[in-house]
Amino acid sequence: MKSKSKIKEKKLQVKSRTENLSKIREFIQNFSSSAGIMQDTIDNMMLAVDEACTNIIKHAYKSYPDGEIIIKIKYEDKKLIITIIDYGKAFHPESVPEPNIQEFYRQHRVGGLGMYLMKTLMDDVKYVSIPGKYNQVLLSKSINSPR
Amino acid sequence: MAEFNTSVKNQGDISLLYLNGYLDAHTASVLENNFSDLIAKDKFKIVVNFKDLVYISSAGLGVFMAFIEKIRENNGDIKLTSMSDKVYNIFDLLGFPLLYEFYKSEDEAVKKFEETDKLEK
Repeated sequence: MKSKSKIKEKKLQVKSRTENLSKIREFIQNFSSSAGIMQDTIDNMMLAVDEACTNIIKHAYKSYPDGEIIIKIKYEDKKLIITIIDYGKAFHPESVPEPNIQEFYRQHRVGGLGMYLMKTLMDDVKYVSIPGKYNQVLLSKSINSPR
Repeated sequence: MAEFNTSVKNQGDISLLYLNGYLDAHTASVLENNFSDLIAKDKFKIVVNFKDLVYISSAGLGVFMAFIEKIRENNGDIKLTSMSDKVYNIFDLLGFPLLYEFYKSEDEAVKKFEETDKLEK
């Protein structure tokens, strides 16, 4: 008999307000702890999701406070997959250059740091934008050694 | 809801800024106000103590980028101290050690300001 792999999935829907970032981090923390994932890995995922949602609030919704953000988290076959959906302005990740801290210092800019962190902290970051419909960012991380 | 708060202590002409809690896009404005207040009072020598800071995102790091030039133009600096490895790692990933001085303890950062003052006199 084929054994079924253990799948866990949860969903959180919040409004596009920065005050909800702590709720979003808590959601990731609670799900990942109960899945037995190491705290260092959870910390990295919380930061990546915070950065993704901050970008959605600031850029997709341009700080409009009543947009919807839907976060789904799934743990399957030792892989965590987080899907974040919004209905704001389409996002073109290729338009965000790789950050150069010394260049930023000279130009007084900080944009792009969040995206760089997401890519560094997760194994994979994928964007899908269907203009006029929705944007989706997919973050994934393999979990090699649960606690 | 996660909280963030700060407090400021003066030590001679050096300002010690203590951070506590979670610094993200929601709470970054608190820190922005701290820096604006210090600059308005001509306080340009700032030691930021991260001992009680639990969490930082790029929105928090951006605050340091936003004020550093103004502060250095006025012969000041922002020196960062007492960070957990977890928080330092985020600064490090983004290359901040190229542009900012990090110290293990608040005393070391204060001393560095005092030494620089002596050299300038």
